[in-house]
Order: sequence, then C-alpha cells, then structure tokens
Amino acid sequence: MINYLISMATFGAIYAMLALSLNVMWGMAGMANLGVVGFYAVGAYISAILTTRLGAPVALGLVAAIIGTAVVSALTTLGLARLRDDYLAIVTLGFAEVVRIVAENEAWLTRGTDGISGIPQPLKSTLGPDFNLAYLIFCLAVLAATVFVLERVRRSPFGRVLRAIREDAQIAAFSGKDVLVFKVKAFAIGGAIAGLAGALYGHYSSYIVPELYVPLLTIYIFLALSAGGLGNNWGAVIGAFVVVFFLESTRFFVEIIPWLSAERLAAVREFTVGLCLLLILIYRPRGLLPEPLPRLAGR
Amino acid sequence: MERILQLFANGVMAGAVLALPAIGFTTIFAVLRFANFAVAGHMAVGAFAGYVVNSWLGLPAWAAVLAAFVFAASIGVATDHVALRPLRGYRALTVAIASIALNLMVENALRFGFGNAPRNFAIPLMRDLSFGPIHIDPQQIENTIIAVVAMIILFLFLSLTTTGKAMRAVADNPALADSKGIDPDRMARIAVAIGMGLGGIGGMLIGLDASIDPLIGFRSILSVFAAAVVGGLGSVPGAVLGGLVIGLAEELSLLALPSTYKAAVGFLVILITLTLRPRGLLGPRAA
Repeated sequence: MINYLISMATFGAIYAMLALSLNVMWGMAGMANLGVVGFYAVGAYISAILTTRLGAPVALGLVAAIIGTAVVSALTTLGLARLRDDYLAIVTLGFAEVVRIVAENEAWLTRGTDGISGIPQPLKSTLGPDFNLAYLIFCLAVLAATVFVLERVRRSPFGRVLRAIREDAQIAAFSGKDVLVFKVKAFAIGGAIAGLAGALYGHYSSYIVPELYVPLLTIYIFLALSAGGLGNNWGAVIGAFVVVFFLESTRFFVEIIPWLSAERLAAVREFTVGLCLLLILIYRPRGLLPEPLPRLAGR
Repeated sequence: MERILQLFANGVMAGAVLALPAIGFTTIFAVLRFANFAVAGHMAVGAFAGYVVNSWLGLPAWAAVLAAFVFAASIGVATDHVALRPLRGYRALTVAIASIALNLMVENALRFGFGNAPRNFAIPLMRDLSFGPIHIDPQQIENTIIAVVAMIILFLFLSLTTTGKAMRAVADNPALADSKGIDPDRMARIAVAIGMGLGGIGGMLIGLDASIDPLIGFRSILSVFAAAVVGGLGSVPGAVLGGLVIGLAEELSLLALPSTYKAAVGFLVILITLTLRPRGLLGPRAA
C-alpha cells in the first residue's frame, strides 16, 4: 500500500509540473496549449534517447530535455504566436499529434510503437527498494524548485507583462512591449517544464511508448489547472494532485461495482473528467485558489 | 501517372465527405464565433445512429443518413443548450475548452453504450468499378453523391429561405441582425443543428468506408479543422473548397510519405495557410 501511495504521489508531482507548465502558457500569457502532451513527449524522448543510446548520465538527459524542449517550444511558437488564441489551440493540438506520429514511425530513432525500454533509473542499484521513495523526494524537490522559480517569475515585471498581454495584447504592444518575444519566452519556459516532467516520468517508469502521449492527458492537465485555479501556481499543484487522486481512486471502484466492465468504468471516469471540467468552467471559472492579483490603488 | 489519377480520384471523394463536418464546424464558428471541438463527438453520434438504423433495424442507406443527421443535430442542440449556452459571451477560448469537455462526455457516453471495438455497417461488398486505369469502390461514389446532395440542400437553405438568410445576416453582423429583430438564440440553435447534423452525416459516411467506434470523429478532427481553416473559418463555400484541398493533399501525400503520416498532412496545411493567408482561401474575416 505504501508503495502504491509513493507511486501515486510521484505521478502527482509529474502532473503538477505539467499543470505548472500550462499555467505559464495559458494562465499567465493566455495562450491555451492543447499540445502540452507533445512537449511532455519530446522531453521524455530526448532524455530516453540520450541515456539509452548514447549512454549519457541521467542528469545530462534531464538538462538536455529541458533545453531541447524549450528550443522546440520556442521554434513552434515563433510561427504561431501571432495567431488568434483559438487557432493556436487547434494548431498545438495538431503539434502534439504530429509528435506522436513521428515517434510511432521513426523507429530508427524512437523504436516506434515498441517504445524505449531500459531507460536508466538513477541510483537504482545503490538504493534498491528505496529507489521509489528517493525518486519521489527528488521529484518533489524539483517541483518545489519549479514553484519557487515560477512564483518569482509571476511577481517579476516579466510576469506582469505576460498578464498584460493576456488581458489585451494590443495595449501591451502600445506600451512598447514586444508581444511576440514575450509569448515565445512564455512558451519556451512552459515547454521546458513540460519537457522536464516528461524526462522525470521516463526515468521513473524506465519505459516510454508513443501511445502514452494521447490528447486525453492534456485534458487531464486542463482539468487540474482549471480546478486548482488558472493563473495560480499553488492552485496548479493542488489541482494536479486532486486529479491524480481522482483518477487513481476510480480504480478501486471495480471492486465496489463489479457489474461494471473495465471499459464502461473507464468511460464513466472520462465522462466525469469532462463533466468536472465543464462544471468548473461554468460555475467556478477561477478555480479553488483564484489567481492572486495585485490590489488596485484606491480600493 | 495512373497512380496520380487514382489518388486524385480518391482525394476528391474523401474531400467531399470531409467537407460535411468542415461545413458544420465553420457554420457554428460563423454564428457563435468559437471553435467547437464537440463536432468530433457528434460525428460519432451520427455514425452510431446510422449504424443502429442500418445494421440493427435493417433500413436502407438513405434512412441511415437521415437518422445520422437528426440524431446528431438534436443531441447537438440539447447538449449545447445545457453545456455551452451558459458560457455565451465568455472568451472564445474558454468556450472552445468547454466544448472539448463536452466532446469527452459525448464520446464516453457512446463508449459506455457501444464499447470501443470497431463495428461495420451491414452493406454488401461490391466489386470496384473501373474507369480506364482508375478503380473506384461504388460505396465511395455513393458517399460522394450523398455528401454533394447534403451540400446542395444546405446551399439552397442558406440562399433561398428567410431563416437561411437571417443566419447569414447574423454571421455577417450580429449587432445589426439583432437590431433587425433576428433572435440570436434561435439562430444559434439552428447553426448548431446544421453543424452537428452535417458532422453526423460526415461521421457516418467515414464509417461506411471503414468501421465505426466512439473516436471516429476525433481521429479525423484535425483534417476537419484543417479543411475549415484552409477554406477560411466561417465560410461555407470555403469549407467545401478546404475539404477538397485537404482530401487531395492527404491522398497525394502518399506519393512522397508513408500512409501513417497522412494525419500530419492536415497540420502542415494549417500551418502553411495560417502563415501565408491567415484568412484562408475564402475567409470573410482576418484571423
């Protein structure tokens, strides 16, 4: 049981990183990235390929995942950041699908639909059975560092400009801000965090395969961030843990409701995910922890 | 050369079918101004409605097409009323994300009822017709005809009836249409009914060609978007043209790429269009 809780918490930390990544792009800069899962996949593959094929150490894999995904993210945004936000949503959805298709087809690089196995788990041989707990602590430390950095970003002039662009890109441009540059930077930061999350997953599970990176995962992250509070880093973290808890706890329903087949149970679970997201958008659009906004003078 | 002709013919027929959900998507966008991802789920609704009528009740193809339209349209209007109407007036992006949530619910309701396993329509296998070097499945010809008839009916509706003209007026200038006493809620309902209904027929025709399952719409949604975006979001003739462009591009891509990359073609075409001509080929408004 304790092992199960540890693995659940590890997934929670990884999902929280993804929710933080989306929060930079959607929450702060107002650009909905429906392709979060694509950046997550890019990070996972960069690190997995470097460590399994080229024998690079895990630390180098993680750093390469961060930098590589940030570059990919910045390059894709460069052409897209001028688009209306709903066009951007469509194109990023397409981006993630293309990433998955490439991973499925370019077997020379990604081993195709077989997936990459034997991704090194750091210090596994030294730690033995303690690996899972140690890796959880490592993930939580990375998560804490990410929250710390993003809170600094949110309070910084850079964060204020992103919010200004989110509210009205034209006014931000009139005040002399180069909107495109800020958007690309926001996407690069968000992409880097998603890439790091992907690499963390790969070195935890030791196995990645294209079918992991489906659009449904992106919807989970949208639910996590909307539930937690769009624009709020702590909200993103809490939302992610709540979503993982919900997804995992439904597994036990099989024992409680035996007449429901696994397929129907999965249908009920995903229906509920959609329902929750919809109810939050309609009734509680600011989430559990609303975005902390600076007080206006005179109020 | 023969291969090019064959792919060209396949592309035109696939494009005609693809144009239906693309028209649906673009019609909803024209009137309500948001990208409605739930078109995917309603394509599946139409496919399953047609399947039940055809395979379980044993009725012919035209009845199945009618059922696909009616079911997808009425479920579309009902779910839109409950799920998305409360969000009218919100940012287009928020409504688009809500439509993704709605889409997930529609798909999983189908999955609960019918399961994930692919199902086939009860249609006889027919020998391919040969036109010189080109071979065509009669089913594809029938699908193309059905798609074209549906489009002609839609064009007649939009250009001849008062309601159709009122809808175009709303798409063109909502404030002016409102001041002329055109009820925006009614127009929204009609747009959703047409959009989801045509999506439903499109889903069924795609299913006739292969098999159906709850994700049948979602798998082709990128191509549908691509068709609507290439034609110009909000333009019905644009969606027809866009459908043909995407259908042809996907088939002709087989000359250079393995078929598994077909799904990436739509994405590439969207990128190229938005970079070179963000309004699309026949788009009424700048993006």
